Amino acid sequence: MATVFPIKPVWEDQGSSRVPFWAYTDEALYQRELERLFYRGHWCYVGLEAEIPNPGDFKRTVIGERSVILTRTADDAICVVENVCAHRGMQFCRERHGNKKEFVCPYHQWSYTLKGDLQGVPFRRGVKQDGKVNGGMPKEFNPAEHGLTQLKVAVRGGVVFASFDHDVEPLEDFLGPEMCAYFDRLFNGRKLTILGYNRQRIPGNWKLMQENIKDPYHPGLLHTWFVTYGLWRADNKSELKMDAQFRHAAMISTRSQQAATSEVTAGVTSFKAGMEVNDKRLLDIVQEPWWNGPTAVMMTVFPSVIFQQQVNSVSTRHIQPNGTGSFDFVWTHFGFEDDTPEMTQRRLIQANLFGPAGFVSADDGEVIELSQCGFEQKPNHRTVAELGGYGVDNTDHMVTETLIRGMYNYWRKVMDV
Amino acid sequence: MNTLDFETWQALNRLYAAYAQAVDTAQWDQWVELFVDDCDYRVQPRENHERGMPLSTLALLSKGMLRDRVYGIKETLFHDPYYQRHVTGVPLVERVEDGVIVAQANYAVFRTKLSQESTVFNVGRYLDRIRITPEGLRFEQRHCVYDTEMIPNSLIYPI
Repeated sequence: MATVFPIKPVWEDQGSSRVPFWAYTDEALYQRELERLFYRGHWCYVGLEAEIPNPGDFKRTVIGERSVILTRTADDAICVVENVCAHRGMQFCRERHGNKKEFVCPYHQWSYTLKGDLQGVPFRRGVKQDGKVNGGMPKEFNPAEHGLTQLKVAVRGGVVFASFDHDVEPLEDFLGPEMCAYFDRLFNGRKLTILGYNRQRIPGNWKLMQENIKDPYHPGLLHTWFVTYGLWRADNKSELKMDAQFRHAAMISTRSQQAATSEVTAGVTSFKAGMEVNDKRLLDIVQEPWWNGPTAVMMTVFPSVIFQQQVNSVSTRHIQPNGTGSFDFVWTHFGFEDDTPEMTQRRLIQANLFGPAGFVSADDGEVIELSQCGFEQKPNHRTVAELGGYGVDNTDHMVTETLIRGMYNYWRKVMDV
Repeated sequence: MNTLDFETWQALNRLYAAYAQAVDTAQWDQWVELFVDDCDYRVQPRENHERGMPLSTLALLSKGMLRDRVYGIKETLFHDPYYQRHVTGVPLVERVEDGVIVAQANYAVFRTKLSQESTVFNVGRYLDRIRITPEGLRFEQRHCVYDTEMIPNSLIYPI
């Protein structure tokens, strides 16, 4: 009989279809994930330009577990700096958003430009008293060496990504041409309007949220809404696509107009043939020209964000890990500058399907929490993500777990596991 | 005018108590019946409310939508079972206009999962418009504006 707790976690199989439970529970591995996935070699989501429309606007957010601030400077540049004072390390910015001319750490009043350059150090040249100068910073103290940590920034279609790693590849290469095309479909240059936020803390490993949106197997089973109304069903016309390294993915689907066939609903206990919404506005779907066909494109950009288009509801979902068994999930719902008031209202009503209380998303958080419970119970066990085989390929159907295998194929390489 | 005659004041308090009882005892059909047909029920983060952002966590804009939520709770949403317990403060009546009482009250909701301790689930205040109808007082608006910065995983039942 195998031990319940691994003596030394080793992933023995060659493939990526059987993910060890300890990949979700091991503290040392988690720190390696922060280091190698969130802080090095990857672009992480920080926000939307529309959140900081005016010079001086800022928004506090996180990359991995590191607090950062997204700013728009007086000369309209988008910057991201780390929220840690260069002096004594205080996390000085407490407001989550606002407008400022400069950042001042309250502890000793060191002040910084919105780009993160140190501009003021009280008593730097000492304090005169009785004809002599007391204290002060050493002569050779150079403010240029003591700014806030400045991150590399990339903006595309109004979406801001940042990286602590200044050697990270260009964003376009990071996403790859196919993911770029789906990204540009949603963020096609129109100005975005922010509709608001939803924030939830999900007691599960952060990777489970990536997997949830790389798993087209569950929506037609867990989510009655999706099955019954054809929004996401095994017989939908669909494609699954990845970047060349299998880390990012898009699940592309077109809603079935016809009634569900018996094959995809037979034995599916969540399918409710008689179900009909009382208020049709919940499913008042209006085709938008930019869709170019698909009614849903769910895009996972590894490791930090999900871009959602589900019919008329569009949002970013930011993954903010805090420990092996918990992450914060921040939803930013938006619209476009040319939306009619009716379209804005439609997006807001369809938002009932998503978020922490959503008709379809609330259960995702629940199954993630309970998966984590299972992992922690016996870390030496493993999952079986073998629907559609063992390999990693793009497909023209959704009866497969290929995207999860793709993600772990990449994860094993970067993590040396 | 911001005072009610004793009878109306009593009816208002009874409505608040009936609401808490309905949502704490999972009497979802009773919950629906406390609203008028063209009602507006929202659960919204304080952040969105104060920044003038329209997004709600739940936005049910008719009695039909309330029924759709009830169907979701009963039939479609998978979730870990839990009890909820509301403690609602004394209503503050702001004004009465055209047969509508505009009032607000603080609330706290505790959640208890099976085999777990009780925890604070959601706290905030109700922003209400209550219509005086021949059948008694009914909500035409209940906005639950919550302080709770992080929803502990998911929110299934109405607040």
